[in-house]
Amino acid sequence: MAYAGIVLISHSPKVVEGIKDIIRQVNQDVAIELAGGTDDNQIGTSIDKILKAIERADEGKGVLLVYDLGSAKMNAEMAVEMTDREHIKIVEAPLIEGAYVASVEAGMGKSVDEIIATLEREF
Amino acid sequence: MEIFQVEHARKWMKATNERIQEKKQELTELDQAIGDGDHGINMARGFREVMTKLDGETYQHVADVMKDVAMTLMSKVGGAAGPLYGTAFLKLSMAFKGQDVDYPLFTKGMEDAVAGVKQRGKSEVGEKTLVDVWSAVLEKLQENDHFDGSLMLDTAKAAMENTKETMATKGRAAYLKERSIGHLDPGSVSSFYLFESLAGVIREGV
Repeated sequence: MAYAGIVLISHSPKVVEGIKDIIRQVNQDVAIELAGGTDDNQIGTSIDKILKAIERADEGKGVLLVYDLGSAKMNAEMAVEMTDREHIKIVEAPLIEGAYVASVEAGMGKSVDEIIATLEREF
Repeated sequence: MEIFQVEHARKWMKATNERIQEKKQELTELDQAIGDGDHGINMARGFREVMTKLDGETYQHVADVMKDVAMTLMSKVGGAAGPLYGTAFLKLSMAFKGQDVDYPLFTKGMEDAVAGVKQRGKSEVGEKTLVDVWSAVLEKLQENDHFDGSLMLDTAKAAMENTKETMATKGRAAYLKERSIGHLDPGSVSSFYLFESLAGVIREGV
């Protein structure tokens, strides 16, 4: 079964690794791909990392992007504009909670739009 | 200057890079006061990469120079400045595409660039961001009818200095609220160096 995928975007590589660990404790099926830090793993975000993570996370059902601060969102928005894949959407929710809820919902086989609707209700 | 040409665009970026490298520490200190302290390092890395890219290429149109600047800044800067400056140069590139850049077209490019930066950052004038400097420069371009380096320099400088007394409502500095007053906005300062460099190219003329 294909699931909606999730990309975690943070200024810090450690932050996204930690969140992935938390999610993996309860869900091993959904694709969780990481885009933490700049290209050379400094604090910041990288549009290249985000685009590559989207490629890896997309099983054909689309991908949810969850971000932390300012430039992470701007780079996420540019990645959505640049990718030719469909159903790539940005989650407007706190990074950890949003990613957690999104992964649980994705694990139930829900679509990207259904998950976004749930997140809008929750946060 | 009548037509803004590839050689001018190269000189603009070269002068900007030199200023940013010179002022790297100053930009970092400004950003440490009200932001995350990486603006100097990020801009210095981004513009160094821009020069490496431009020095290895030959260009027929200004639009192609602007596009390479945009793509390099977007992928190499890392902080919020990457997508913001990247968007600005991408909009310039799209407006200039395949054409000689005369004064009206340059002004049109700047209109698109400012609109793009505002949209990307969800920001307006008066929020203590680089939009303050870009918008002020654009306004004078629209009022005038020829390239005027001195006017550009004075306009950018005044707008940059104005950010000191403004309270930030966008960007990392917005978390500090009133405490952001009394500090220059680092993005406005780096934008000032950009337009100061452009003003120098314009004043040099051909």
